[in-house]
Amino acid sequence: MTLPKYQKVIFYLLLTVSAVVIFAPAVIAFSMSFMPNQDIMSGRIIPTTFTLDNYVAVFDRFPLFNFLLNSLIVSVVIMIGQLVLSSLAAYAFVFLEFKGRDILFFVFIATMMVPFEASIIPNFQTIRDMGWINTYTGLTLPFFAMAFGTFLLRQSFKQIPKELKEASEIAGIGDLKFYLTVVLPMAKTSLVTLGVYGFLTSWNMYLWPLLATTDDTTRTVQIGLRQLQSQEQLNEWGVIMAGAIIVVLPTLILLFLGQKKLQKGLAEGALK
Amino acid sequence: MSDLTVQIDKDYTKEFGKAKKLQRLKSFFKGVLFLLPSIILFSVFLFYPLFKTLYLSLFLTDASGATTVFVGLDNYQAIFTSPLFLKSLEVTFLFVLYTVPGTVIVSLFLAVLANEKLRGIGIFRTLFSSTMGISVAAASVFWMFLFHPTMGWLNQLLENLGIEAIGWLTDPDWALISVSISTIWMNLGFTFLILLGGLQSIDSYLYESADIDGASYFYKLRRITIPMLSPTLFFVITVSFINAFQTFGQVDMLTRGGPQNETNVIVYSIYQEAFRNYQHGAASAQAIVLFIVILLLTLIQFKLGERKVHYQ
Amino acid sequence: MYHVEMKDLEKSYDNQKNVLNGIDLAIEDGEFFVLVGPSGSGKSTLLRMIAGLEEITGGILKINDKVVNHLRPKDRDLSMVFQNYALYPHLTVEQNILFGLNAKKVNKKEQQKRLNETAEMMGLSELLKRKPKQLSGGQRQRVALARAVVSHAPLCLMDEPLSNLDAKLRAHMRMEIRRLQKKLGLTMTMGDRIMVLDDGKIQQVGDPITLYNEPANLFVASFIGSPRINLGQAVIKDHQLVIEESIHIPITTSDIGNIIQKNNLTIGIRAEHIFHGDEDSKTHELEVISVEHLGNETLLTFEIGKELWTAKWLGQWRVQVGDKVPVNISVENMSFYDTKTTELIKPATSVVKEQEVVAI
Repeated sequence: MTLPKYQKVIFYLLLTVSAVVIFAPAVIAFSMSFMPNQDIMSGRIIPTTFTLDNYVAVFDRFPLFNFLLNSLIVSVVIMIGQLVLSSLAAYAFVFLEFKGRDILFFVFIATMMVPFEASIIPNFQTIRDMGWINTYTGLTLPFFAMAFGTFLLRQSFKQIPKELKEASEIAGIGDLKFYLTVVLPMAKTSLVTLGVYGFLTSWNMYLWPLLATTDDTTRTVQIGLRQLQSQEQLNEWGVIMAGAIIVVLPTLILLFLGQKKLQKGLAEGALK
Repeated sequence: MSDLTVQIDKDYTKEFGKAKKLQRLKSFFKGVLFLLPSIILFSVFLFYPLFKTLYLSLFLTDASGATTVFVGLDNYQAIFTSPLFLKSLEVTFLFVLYTVPGTVIVSLFLAVLANEKLRGIGIFRTLFSSTMGISVAAASVFWMFLFHPTMGWLNQLLENLGIEAIGWLTDPDWALISVSISTIWMNLGFTFLILLGGLQSIDSYLYESADIDGASYFYKLRRITIPMLSPTLFFVITVSFINAFQTFGQVDMLTRGGPQNETNVIVYSIYQEAFRNYQHGAASAQAIVLFIVILLLTLIQFKLGERKVHYQ
Repeated sequence: MYHVEMKDLEKSYDNQKNVLNGIDLAIEDGEFFVLVGPSGSGKSTLLRMIAGLEEITGGILKINDKVVNHLRPKDRDLSMVFQNYALYPHLTVEQNILFGLNAKKVNKKEQQKRLNETAEMMGLSELLKRKPKQLSGGQRQRVALARAVVSHAPLCLMDEPLSNLDAKLRAHMRMEIRRLQKKLGLTMTMGDRIMVLDDGKIQQVGDPITLYNEPANLFVASFIGSPRINLGQAVIKDHQLVIEESIHIPITTSDIGNIIQKNNLTIGIRAEHIFHGDEDSKTHELEVISVEHLGNETLLTFEIGKELWTAKWLGQWRVQVGDKVPVNISVENMSFYDTKTTELIKPATSVVKEQEVVAI
């Protein structure tokens, strides 16, 4: 399917304009993070001098490194938790037959209808009463169970021929071994997709870390950015932008690397 | 002789029955075991809180959230007569009205563009999906600057065009629109990615046969692309609705609900009531309202969607 | 001693109509037993019931003289080759072959020994490090077989093992399976047997030649053999056999033997028994409505009443559509069935000279 030339030109034009408009906020922030403050105040686009002062300042004045580490720990723990729980549940829904399975599947669907925001008050009380405020447990545990992840992996497990399971039943291979040595390796792509998705959403989480942290010990980088913004709101835009760029960098890199897989995986999990 | 065989058969039936029962029991426990971690966590962090919220909504609470006086439906009566909460509901619905169509239309436009097989299209796809990797906090910081009354680019642009500057985040008439614009930008990446996936799964032979028939670009878009994309569109719309109702971060970062509560969306209102005013009972009543709204929306969408959507 | 024994075996789903009904069958040690039937006849279900992958609704299944109805697949001491081979795509050929042995707690030394033996026997020694993706269809089939062989299980079930192969490979593989059976010491003390299954019931069990020559009912008659047996409604009237109201054949009492019935007969005659008739032997002249040349054989189609009959003649015959050709049709080559019960009344009496090998 080749397009006529004039159509191609129109498409490239539209694509470029869209890309510029969409990426502009990020580009502006990126460029500002290297500007001295006078440049920003005078509304320049291209910095007169290139400086790393903003980055030095944000790490200097702010426990940003600490926040980054916290975010990394929280995101990785949530990611692993989601992968383990979702794959176990998906395995049960695909490969095990037992009474009550359909009811439980319905329960999983029902969880999609309960917004986390609507149950945030008792959850906060639970975490507080367990003494999990300012702990990684409090930040991560509520997010391990995940209906979307279960559905996504269920979809992928269903692609595995039933005969493989039957062959291993005849050979006397137990479910745990089949899950570990056959199902997980064969569903690697979907596991990676879900992992990337889980990491992205956990890294970008906002409301819960705001409630579950009261000091800097386990505070995540998003809440750190909120603090930075409210403290430096008046003048130091360069420093704030430097902070924001650092917060965004890991997820953007991850997204650029995994865009194709993510797109395919999300579409599959979402639509079937 | 025949008596004997009957006898044997009977014994077997009993034995088989026992063995079957045992196996069923075993497979039941195995199934539950695999699901147990998820079930426990769902129970603790989803189902229990839902009922607890309902329970709390019938009480007054102290500052720590412990129940003090049973007040029945008074909390509900209070919030539905409170101008603040009614305002919050109005703001939320307006916000949904701005962001859902905005997000879906812009994403669809981008996805259709990015679905053309052109050289270098991969770069555009990556760029368009990039906002998915930008957190609410960071995105809010970006937009905070763009909305800045004097230095902000938007006002500088207006100034260059000879239009009077706008108080994007401070003018009650504009604040919600500004938050909506930034929200659309934040949601673009994810919605775009899903829609692009939907477009790419449309069989190319459909287009080829339309080409043979000499159909125009827009005819194909209207008659093939949109109908075939409808399941994906349906999903995207549902997700956008739910996302819009759950919006919190950008409001907290950009406006803190102001000015004059013009951006006080429901989740922000719950947050303030529970964690700023320590009214866990009243906040719970609001949370229940949020839950019911989302539940209804999902159900309505499923009902409507079933009929209208073209499933392959 | 019977190795597999079934007594009144039944299968139904959710108390609906039975998928399998009253299956009584005994399979001996070392026997090569083939199940055939149209799709939906229940053959896969029966196989899976023996394997333990489907629950048995009623009746008794014995393997090695032990009732196994309630045992799980792994406790039945058998192996199975699946239609799609069920190879683990992420494992190498070697890992695929050994996968089950680990579960059976076979020690490493023994595993290696069996692996080498099996790979040698199946001609897979060069392919051990490959993944299934890198193998041809025939090679995959051999890996699937190797997995069954290496388990040393005394009973091997194969679900349509050849259906995924093209015709050429299929014939080759059929020979390989037989050779393998011999190598494994499962020498055939008796000939192979075939069971024809339809609609969940056993239609006939027997060796291939019996099934071909003396099909027990109309279903078996038309299911076994290619081209399909020619069938026609017939009545006996005035010492004549009248087929489809168009072919008349004079008969004597010696021809029809013990047929008492005069109406509601269906006769069957194999394509190779409609001979070319020369001046002396010609009994009828029939109009050819289609000719198919198969190398050294020629298939001719005629219209007999409502039926299409096919004749298979050896050699290359230059016949045109529309030609009238002389044929020889004789009663001794016909088998007689009761139209109502579809059961065989009297098989063909002629001695069969050519012998057909029956396809699975």
